[in-house]
Amino acid sequence: MLDPVDVFKAFQEHRGDAIVSAAGTAGRHWMDVSTNEKRDISLGGAMGQTTSAAFGLALGLPDEKVVLFDAEGSLLMNLGAIASIAGKKPANFYHFLLDNECYATTGGQPVPNSQEIDYAMMAKGAGYAAAYNFDDLEEFSTSVGEIMQQEGPVFVAIKIEPDVQNLPIGLRERRPTRGRAQTINELREELGIA
Amino acid sequence: MVHQQAAILRPETMVEEFKKNGVTHVVTIPDSETNYLYELMETQEWLDVVPVSREGEAWGTAFGLNIAGKVPVVLVQNTGMLESGDSIRGMAIDAGFPLVMVIGYRGWNRRGVITDSVAKYTEPFLTAFGIDYYLVEQNEDGDRISVAFEEARATNKPVAILVGDEYHGFNR
Repeated sequence: MLDPVDVFKAFQEHRGDAIVSAAGTAGRHWMDVSTNEKRDISLGGAMGQTTSAAFGLALGLPDEKVVLFDAEGSLLMNLGAIASIAGKKPANFYHFLLDNECYATTGGQPVPNSQEIDYAMMAKGAGYAAAYNFDDLEEFSTSVGEIMQQEGPVFVAIKIEPDVQNLPIGLRERRPTRGRAQTINELREELGIA
Repeated sequence: MVHQQAAILRPETMVEEFKKNGVTHVVTIPDSETNYLYELMETQEWLDVVPVSREGEAWGTAFGLNIAGKVPVVLVQNTGMLESGDSIRGMAIDAGFPLVMVIGYRGWNRRGVITDSVAKYTEPFLTAFGIDYYLVEQNEDGDRISVAFEEARATNKPVAILVGDEYHGFNR
């Protein structure tokens, strides 16, 4: 299993100008790695719907690469979205899945059939242009640049170490983050969208 | 016993209202009452139809399109709206953007006894979520569609159109 920070660092080298949204417990590390905050966007807010929001963003911005770092617990809540995405074939959509095999934010309970699901196979079967599995950092690091040059929708499943949260939410360390509305407003300003 | 109104709601009316209000995308799951509307929308070069697999996806997808500067509409049946509660909350109401949601009002009728539970819960659901709605039953109600768009734009909130012409308007 990979450290999500290492995954983000490897990706960052090949990000270019892509718009990036990172979901799930692991996704919070993206803000420590990103070098282009104005093109980072928060799309959370409803169970499993980050995937669909990123899909809609990609459809609406066909000239921009849109990258989603999804979480497997979230994707399972909205699994039909992979068929919807594959159906519209957004060539600019790069769908990474950070799979820690558990609901890390609720104490680490396993997601259903956590160790046996092949998400990349499901995405490929749904109709994504390409799909990959990674469980090795070196292999991912040497592949991600080429992946980001491919025509989407591309799906990239990555096994990561869980960062299990056990404290009640109110007692967890809070880090200053930009809220969803702020990230949207700043991205729109960056892209010149009224 | 179910009674039907004499006048019909033509799908062309809905499409014309979409065009008038600058709609760019319709995020939808087709249902048995709107198949001709679906076919008509597919022939409009200015309109992109985005089929989704489950209604809950529709609000998230519309949210993303809105961020990109597009003007989406969500078109689903009331059954799917009930399924979508958390998505409507988090991806439409809390997101605070103008969204017209066109809801097929399955089970509704004006004069008969409503027996379908989804029809009984449709308006209470919208009320509980604080979503204003307009009933559209026939062509003469078409102006209400633009009223819904105007209200959504003015309030940055979702506004619903309940399509109460269930049995013939949107079918061949």
